[in-house]
Amino acid sequence: MTDLSAAVDAFVLEAREQLEGLEEMLLDLETGTDRERVDAIFRVLHTVKGSGSMFGFGVLARFTHHFEDAFDGVREGRLEIDARLIDVSLRARDHMTALLDCGGDSPEAARLEASEEAAHLLATLASIVGGHAQSPTLGNAPVVMQLSAREQMMRRWSIRFHPDATALRNGMRPDLLMAEIAALGQAEFRLDASDLPPLTELDPERSYLAWEITLTTSQTRDAIEAIFLFADDAALDITELVSPNGPTIGPVAAAGPPGNVSQLPQPRAPQTAPTGSSESVRVPAGKLDDIMDQLGELVIAQARLYQIAAASQNPDLEAVVEEVERLVTGLRDATLSVRMLPIESVFGKFRRVVRDLSQELGKEVMLAVEGGETELDKNVIDRLSEPLVHMIRNSMDHGLEDAASRLAAGKPARGKVTLSARQEGGEVLIAIEDDGAGLNTEAIRARAVERGLLPADAPQSASEIHQLIFAPGFSTASALSSVSGRGVGMDAVRSAVEGLRGQTEIATLPGRGTRVTLRLPVTLAIIDGFLVRLGTSAFVIPLAAVEECVEFEEAERHRESGRSMLQIREHLVPFLDLDDVFGRPASTEARRRVVIVKADGQRLGLVVDDILGQNQTVIKTLSIYHRNIAGLAGATILGDGAVALIIDVVTLARRARIAHRQSA
Amino acid sequence: MAHTILAVDDSKSIRDMIKLTLAPLGYRVIEGDNGQSGLDKFMTEPVSLVITDLNMPVMNGFEFIRALRRMPKGAGVPIIMLTTESKPEAKAEGKAAGATGWITKPFTPENLISVAKRLAG
Repeated sequence: MTDLSAAVDAFVLEAREQLEGLEEMLLDLETGTDRERVDAIFRVLHTVKGSGSMFGFGVLARFTHHFEDAFDGVREGRLEIDARLIDVSLRARDHMTALLDCGGDSPEAARLEASEEAAHLLATLASIVGGHAQSPTLGNAPVVMQLSAREQMMRRWSIRFHPDATALRNGMRPDLLMAEIAALGQAEFRLDASDLPPLTELDPERSYLAWEITLTTSQTRDAIEAIFLFADDAALDITELVSPNGPTIGPVAAAGPPGNVSQLPQPRAPQTAPTGSSESVRVPAGKLDDIMDQLGELVIAQARLYQIAAASQNPDLEAVVEEVERLVTGLRDATLSVRMLPIESVFGKFRRVVRDLSQELGKEVMLAVEGGETELDKNVIDRLSEPLVHMIRNSMDHGLEDAASRLAAGKPARGKVTLSARQEGGEVLIAIEDDGAGLNTEAIRARAVERGLLPADAPQSASEIHQLIFAPGFSTASALSSVSGRGVGMDAVRSAVEGLRGQTEIATLPGRGTRVTLRLPVTLAIIDGFLVRLGTSAFVIPLAAVEECVEFEEAERHRESGRSMLQIREHLVPFLDLDDVFGRPASTEARRRVVIVKADGQRLGLVVDDILGQNQTVIKTLSIYHRNIAGLAGATILGDGAVALIIDVVTLARRARIAHRQSA
Repeated sequence: MAHTILAVDDSKSIRDMIKLTLAPLGYRVIEGDNGQSGLDKFMTEPVSLVITDLNMPVMNGFEFIRALRRMPKGAGVPIIMLTTESKPEAKAEGKAAGATGWITKPFTPENLISVAKRLAG
């Protein structure tokens, strides 16, 4: 009759959020119990149960019912919160999530309901709840009128209805009740107004009246009582008149329904109800991506317009173009902010990861989270979760020592992993830090040599060696935990981060711990670019990577360990000539410049012909023919319609390092 | 005149369900997501029926019903509480607070319609 599919979708979204919140709250219980937390947990279970069965998630509702029983017990002080209850609750929550993912009472949901896990959870919950378990019925079934042959016979009833004094005030509508009675059959009504006081003493909100009704109907007593569903038992007296000629109360008021009965509303066009201004709107992520694409085109078109206006020397046109530019910038910022989510949404998951892992590894670990409110593009956040789990696993498995070694080293037995986020310009820095033993430089070197990643006699700084843990094939999951500590899947982490145009950095102090930092662009769609020229072509260097620009003086070149180095103040910085990198003919320009970028934890100079300035770079992916060219991250379209290639500084930095290693 | 129904529940899916069920019958449904916002909505316009959850953050259903009944325009308005608790004491507490009746969750659209018709007309 009513299409509820939109409400079902809303239920699934809402339940999913609530289950995420539930996990947080359950973990909070480990740090302490208070009434509010328990109430909040109960509320979630209560809502999921109640709504679940309404929206076709009966299996979920049935399961949740038992879970709810346990927290009802806690709420009422019958049950204590202990580790066992929290454990089973977390697993029960996972089970609920799995049931929700089934999308309703599907065969898959039935399979889960019959699974061993479900049976085990229910048994555990039942044993916790103990003798307090309630019957697994779900509330009151709706009243169903059952008509047996006997009940279909006409019977006469005497009904006395004397609502208490507060009934009218509390919303009872006698007119509607009497209309319903009249609809059941033939009814005679008598109004008893004997309690009515003189007008001067009358309280208009008080109920003084009683009704006496004789009803002849084929309906059952239940059907009559159902009409008075909300009346107190004391207010109602229903007696069957055994003989049709038995004692009846004579009709005083007119027979049939009392006059002036409100009519049921007729269907009308639905009206839109005003919704609160504080409510949020859910939008499919794809729509946001569409808006972002359109906006990218707009930024490009606007840049063209700007160039045309500048050439036109028409002040009116230029004024309008400036206004348009301002508006486009505002629109861009607003659109980007819509896509931003606090990183908390992914950090939240890690409490559970840490908890489960610390049980698995038998290490006591504390997780500290900082900067959860830092915002990142939704697309970045979605792809960040897995690499972060990898890193936390690494920190806990390999970074942190066992309790005995920690105590021996004068540290607290309980290890600490800190997950933090902060914004720095157009980048968000996410760090995973442990207070473990730190990286074992010699072990890593030995390992890298063994794996053929490093010539045995290559001179390397410690930090360069540490970078090797990110190299593909550096380690396998089985091998390294007893040696230096890290390496499991770190190449996967790095490639995921680079897929997001981010960078990984690592810092370690022997005996003190290790910190891996991910530098990620705040958004994937538009970056601030630094436009440079090579011959007649333009290239974009991501501005976030640029540290400074200097004149390129041949005289300052040095060669050291086979690398081209540049003297920048007191430091030597390796450099690459972009003409060489991209196979272009060597530049003949007299005055060239070097852009110093920081990538992959090192400084690198990129030699170009000229610097053109900053621009907003709408990132376009390269065609499949060009996508795999090392050193290019994409392309963008400039105001004059020309294409500029975006330089991938991370790959270039790595290439410089490899070149150095090979020549060494 | 279209009857206006105020649905107060912290669960959007329940509010949506009430709205999707009753709006096609010509009822106008306005919403509050807890007792406090329910009271705010109640004050803004005439309401023929209030449907409220009991277990809500900020202000629960019982407090909401009591507060509403204390308001001059709160007298006589039918109030239905939504409850999954089949416990009589929740119903008794709700009735003592001034509720007209209750609907037990889970309920069907038909349940809701029959109660709305019975109380709002």
